[in-house]
Amino acid sequence: MAGIGFLLNGKPVTSTARPTTRMSDILRGDFGLTGTKVGCNAGDCGACTILLDDEPVCSCLVALGQVDGQSVTSVEGLHESAVIEKLQQSFLVHGAAQCGICTPGMLVSAAHLLKTNPQPNRTEVEDALGGVLCRCTGYSKIIDAVMQAHARQPPSIKPDAGHNVGSSIQHLDGVAKVQAGLNYGADSVPDDALSLRVIRSPHHYADFEIGDKSAFLADRPGIVAVFDATDVPGRNCFGVIPPFADQPVFAERTALYRGEAVAAIVGEPAVIEGFDEAEFPVSWQPHETMLTPQEARKPEARQLHAGRDGNILVKGYVARGDADAALARATHRVSVHSSTPFIEHAYIEPEAGYAVREGNRLVIYGCTQAAQMDRDSLAEIMALEVDAIRVMPSACGGGFGSKLDISFQPFVALAAWVLHRPVAICYTRGESMRSSTKRHPSDIRLEVGCDAEGRISGFVFDGVFNTGAYASWGPTVANRVPVHASGPYVTPDYRASSVAVHTNAPPAGAFRGFGVPQSAVAQECAYDLLAEKLDMDRLAFRRMNALQNHMPTVTGQCFPTGVGIADCLAALQPEWDAALGRADRFNKDATKTGSMLRKGIGVASCWYGCGNTSLPNPSTMRIGVTADGACVLHQGAMDIGQGANTVISQIAADALGVPVHSLSLIDCDTDRTPDCGKTSASRQTFVSGKAALLAGRALREVILRHGNVSDDASIVIDGAEVRLVDNAAGGTASIDLSSLPVNAHGYVFMAEETYDPPTTPLDENGQGAPYAVYGYGAQMTELMVDIGLGHVRLEKMTTAHDVGRAINPLLVEGQIEGGAAQGIGLALMEDYLPGRTENLHDYLIPTIGDVPLFEHVIVEVADAEGPYGAKGLGEHVLIPTAPAIVNAIRQATGVLITHLPATADKIRAALHQQAQETKP
Amino acid sequence: MQAVSAADGDDVYLRASALDAALSMLAAGPCRILAGGTDVYPALQDRPLIGRVLDISGIADLRVIKQSDEYWSIGAAVSWRDVIRADLPPAFDGLKIAAGEVGSWQIQNRATLVGNICNASPAADGVPALLTMDAAVEIQSCRGRRVVPLASFITGNRKTVCAEDEIVTAILVPSPATVGQGYFYKFGARRYLVISIGMVAMRLLCDTEQTIAEIAIAVGACSEVATRLADLERHLCGQPLLGAADLVSAAYFASLSPIDDVRAPASYRIEAVEEAVRRLLITAGSDMGQVN
Repeated sequence: MAGIGFLLNGKPVTSTARPTTRMSDILRGDFGLTGTKVGCNAGDCGACTILLDDEPVCSCLVALGQVDGQSVTSVEGLHESAVIEKLQQSFLVHGAAQCGICTPGMLVSAAHLLKTNPQPNRTEVEDALGGVLCRCTGYSKIIDAVMQAHARQPPSIKPDAGHNVGSSIQHLDGVAKVQAGLNYGADSVPDDALSLRVIRSPHHYADFEIGDKSAFLADRPGIVAVFDATDVPGRNCFGVIPPFADQPVFAERTALYRGEAVAAIVGEPAVIEGFDEAEFPVSWQPHETMLTPQEARKPEARQLHAGRDGNILVKGYVARGDADAALARATHRVSVHSSTPFIEHAYIEPEAGYAVREGNRLVIYGCTQAAQMDRDSLAEIMALEVDAIRVMPSACGGGFGSKLDISFQPFVALAAWVLHRPVAICYTRGESMRSSTKRHPSDIRLEVGCDAEGRISGFVFDGVFNTGAYASWGPTVANRVPVHASGPYVTPDYRASSVAVHTNAPPAGAFRGFGVPQSAVAQECAYDLLAEKLDMDRLAFRRMNALQNHMPTVTGQCFPTGVGIADCLAALQPEWDAALGRADRFNKDATKTGSMLRKGIGVASCWYGCGNTSLPNPSTMRIGVTADGACVLHQGAMDIGQGANTVISQIAADALGVPVHSLSLIDCDTDRTPDCGKTSASRQTFVSGKAALLAGRALREVILRHGNVSDDASIVIDGAEVRLVDNAAGGTASIDLSSLPVNAHGYVFMAEETYDPPTTPLDENGQGAPYAVYGYGAQMTELMVDIGLGHVRLEKMTTAHDVGRAINPLLVEGQIEGGAAQGIGLALMEDYLPGRTENLHDYLIPTIGDVPLFEHVIVEVADAEGPYGAKGLGEHVLIPTAPAIVNAIRQATGVLITHLPATADKIRAALHQQAQETKP
Repeated sequence: MQAVSAADGDDVYLRASALDAALSMLAAGPCRILAGGTDVYPALQDRPLIGRVLDISGIADLRVIKQSDEYWSIGAAVSWRDVIRADLPPAFDGLKIAAGEVGSWQIQNRATLVGNICNASPAADGVPALLTMDAAVEIQSCRGRRVVPLASFITGNRKTVCAEDEIVTAILVPSPATVGQGYFYKFGARRYLVISIGMVAMRLLCDTEQTIAEIAIAVGACSEVATRLADLERHLCGQPLLGAADLVSAAYFASLSPIDDVRAPASYRIEAVEEAVRRLLITAGSDMGQVN
């Protein structure tokens, strides 16, 4: 047949592919237009949005045959439109692209809107972009970018030497994102790659037996290999925390959770795509399932892992003073029982990548948050030397903690190694959701007291965390929570215990905050209850108890400087007063008129230790100057959209004394960048940033010494000449780079420095210095509750985060809004149920219409340890959001919802109960 | 538009340009019918679309909304966006609001009303408003044409009376049911891209005294098939619009049978649709200049 003809980005094309093929696959596969992203294959995320005859549609829902004779415009074809350049520029100026995976869908939708409506209002933008999910930005900057696209954009900021830190420069990799030119895990698969499909357990808990693999293969041309546990050459086991490593690449006889890998098939892409998994020879014997800690802790429960009696992975404990005695003498005491469900990371890019065997080396390309950890795990799994493995991260379309654990990597590595062919995989949305780690469900009981003046007197916390089938980051959660559960408040008499319990749920791992967002719900709600008992303003109560410099934390650590929570809370005071006034007036009026709307205001704080808890956590940064004057930063801190490439370059540039835009950047690649550790624990700006500071300073020192000028001299690199202008001494010097010897790395000047934050181990009572730096913050929420239907509409969030020093204020705001949006999801809608909400229409994350207006106060209480005083931020931002929302709902309605999410039905049920209880 | 057809072994794809070709293919054997694709593709869960596929989205005659003496007809290829853009009497306003609440612009541009009723989800966004307009379903096959009331077309969760060789060609809204003003209220757990927890459609005609002369109320996502609240309608008919909301009580919702699921428990669905009906009556009152 002749094929299907259509106009693609203005040019006539023909495709002879199967006419029912999804257009997203046609564009990406047949035409190489990988700017169109596939996030769900179900119309739920909008990443694949294209224009079909000038109307936005999800290309994953359009058959090739349906575009016959029509006009298709992908993101790559938008340059035909007059608005696109301004729109892209506006996205850059506003920092509207973080990881960038949703950006093409946003741009296509926005360009379509702007064509007929050049100056849309906020609602019009929301309606037009409502079909595209973003998990990074919190949408606000996207809305601003579209609303301001018509305006003349300010020229991009290019700071001079010495002025990089503190400057809101655009993401250094932003242009590629807004031009849809960045390659993610699925975007650059080699043409000759085979495809791999993982066969996964459909049962939560089952023994299994794999049948005759050779017979299976013999019957199926196009499928070239089957792999299972017997094919793993090295250790069939991995784990992010080596002493707890327990997860097999392929389960051996028993699958402990639904979605666990048991085998993989590899073959020609079309054959693998069409393969019906029911044909795979495997038989299952399901066991009774334990999905909750309650079930898994029953005496008769089957033990999932040897050596973990009672299915307990680990316990955490911190105690200081005498919590029971302090509670006994407290004037007021309150108790809170809170719970949170599994939370799915829901990055819009499912796990994807490929592996290539190059001689006796393996190259693994794809999305990750932890290239070096991937490399080390793969070396063990493949029984290869670490040097034999190169991990080349693709752009990462969101991670939030889950892409710290390896996922697709060992499957493609094994297959490519054995088959000597490139092997690629792209997870489906369902596969991603079933198999990847989640935020730990929590079940928390807290009792806290205060004296007559309102000072905290006694705090007893007990948290049970569902850690799922394998350890992943469960130990981290169990350890972090008792250290943080007090919140950033003076709590001299404290006891907090936690336990992580194995179940047949997906492994619970790292998700922005490692358990602290869950514990903050209980603690911050309890604080509102105490303030009420005291008849004290809720913010005043927090300000009075706020931790100060020189005061011991619950682990007994004293910081002489940098404790910024009091400043954060103080920064909220004007807006707090104004908002309480607004709420009071509104609610009086509403009661009078019979309106069912009630306004509520809530506040909550956070603190969060940056970096590993009491464990080594080094980063190494290299910076060099070539003979022709290129200044190259080897920046191995994985940028997953948060902006590590940009922020760390800013720090390095100021340390060296050159403009940031004069640096060349080599980003994370295990062959080319020294180990900067994982992108987690809010450590990259602090730890890798500090390494960049040290490396930049060291290089500066080397150059200045070579020129024999004073420390104050300025460095100007101009081609092969370096000019040193010694302002203090009045002299100048010039260095001819081309005359200098080149080292093994190709540099004439080079520095490499490592930073490892100083911490100490915690003793049996959890006392010690677990972190070198904490970051602090507070957020308040203004919202409206419809008490007739139980609906909550967020109106405004005001945030005050102490970042020590805002290296890039625009990116700070981006982190806050993105984290807050995830906190909104935690508070109001997200609930992952294994086996039930394994897609993005049953598992709901906030859309563009679910976020409030934001106002930010960036607080800078310099830290003695961090680079230029900077502290981490990435996780802090999510912690106060949910409790502030819950507290605002309570102020609006009088009902306290501590079992999240606070859905409309729960609010209504609580209102009914309240009505029952207040009946005479 | 030219028909497109392709066959590869058992896989047959026909993008029909005329109805007879579509009916012939159906007569030759069961097909998966493809229009907007917004239900067909997600249901595949990433698998390719294979087998016999009849694509009706290119049949120009089916992509029209037309009025005759007896009824308004909405063709099987008419998208939600087409409905929003169409010049229709105010009785269709509820349907238009429902259209704007479906998924997202991307979905509204592709998804069809007829696909919505054929998919027969209890949470189908189009069904309540169509029920308030006494809609019927035109079904055709090589054996002939039949018209079935919408209320009996959907027989259960994902079940309809449509036979394997039949295709729904249009939704018919009888002219007498296009008088009055249409209203719609949907609630879900987020702003966009959301499946209903519950929804209410209402069509209301008042006389000059602001008395309810005719009222139709239908509720969706609260029973296996969306349903009219006939007892409540009878109770409200002839009453003054002012204060009508006060006549709404739980008893009129007792016949509903919502399920508990991940979106909401049954008890919430019931009380929320009751509240939504009250609000639509109040909205109608204020639309007509009444203070309620």
